[in-house]
Amino acid sequence: MSVLPYPLLSASLLLMWMTLNSFSIGHFVLGSIIALFASWAMAALRPHRPRIRRWHLLPQLLGIVLYDIIRSNIAVVSIILTGRTTRRKSDFLTIHLDLKDTTALAILAVILTATPGSAWLEYNSVDGTLLMHVLDLVDDDAWTDLVKNRYEKLLMEIFE
Amino acid sequence: MNHAAELPLWAAIAVAAFLVMGAALALIGAIGFFRLATFYERLHAPTLGTSWGTGGVVMASMIFFTMIGGRPVIHEILIGIFISITTPVTLMLLARAALYRDRAENDPLVPPSVASSNFPPADESKS
Repeated sequence: MSVLPYPLLSASLLLMWMTLNSFSIGHFVLGSIIALFASWAMAALRPHRPRIRRWHLLPQLLGIVLYDIIRSNIAVVSIILTGRTTRRKSDFLTIHLDLKDTTALAILAVILTATPGSAWLEYNSVDGTLLMHVLDLVDDDAWTDLVKNRYEKLLMEIFE
Repeated sequence: MNHAAELPLWAAIAVAAFLVMGAALALIGAIGFFRLATFYERLHAPTLGTSWGTGGVVMASMIFFTMIGGRPVIHEILIGIFISITTPVTLMLLARAALYRDRAENDPLVPPSVASSNFPPADESKS
């Protein structure tokens, strides 16, 4: 067992500790000790260790996601307030995902859920089938294209 | 808040705008619960509150306390991060419970489980 089994986790914990308290030397030391023990506790659980291969694409992903969340917030607000029930069709959608990395899949689930108007329902890890529900499903292909090309492609570049 | 008078005008406007936006999104999400027809549609309503609803209130809080304290106060962003990470867990649990119930009742609108190995092609779920 190495001294620092999960460097990213430890760094995030230290950063969180110092954001919650203050950026001082005392809290740096205290936070480091806590982060160190927490990462040892984590090592005992032996979770799958995520491997981020292309760090520089993360800001791009974050930007795309924040923009899409704003866009879909506006879309869902207009659906709820105008009460469009005649033209709107909400339906289930199955998508085949090529993404296999569990961390990347978790991030994709967070993205799809955080974006109002789409919800991740079920995923079959054997054949990579995802069942999702879309509030305003105008075009199946457009949604498949959005998930496959806008998110999955970028996530695959980052994690695989 | 007796400190509120110390805020410069632009900050007061920004704080108010973010606060009203966040609160409005949470309210509209609640209205969505009432107006949307099916369980699966209603799943989408609270995500308004957990995405930019929370985001707006968090931004307002960060601007307000940064301006009042005279030093960057950003720990509210952790609330936003943890809400974003934990929402899918609850949402998936609720959704899968609903799917399980509807499949048990043989609801024709609900697609068959993708968890079984011989699931039908995607287009069969509609019609």
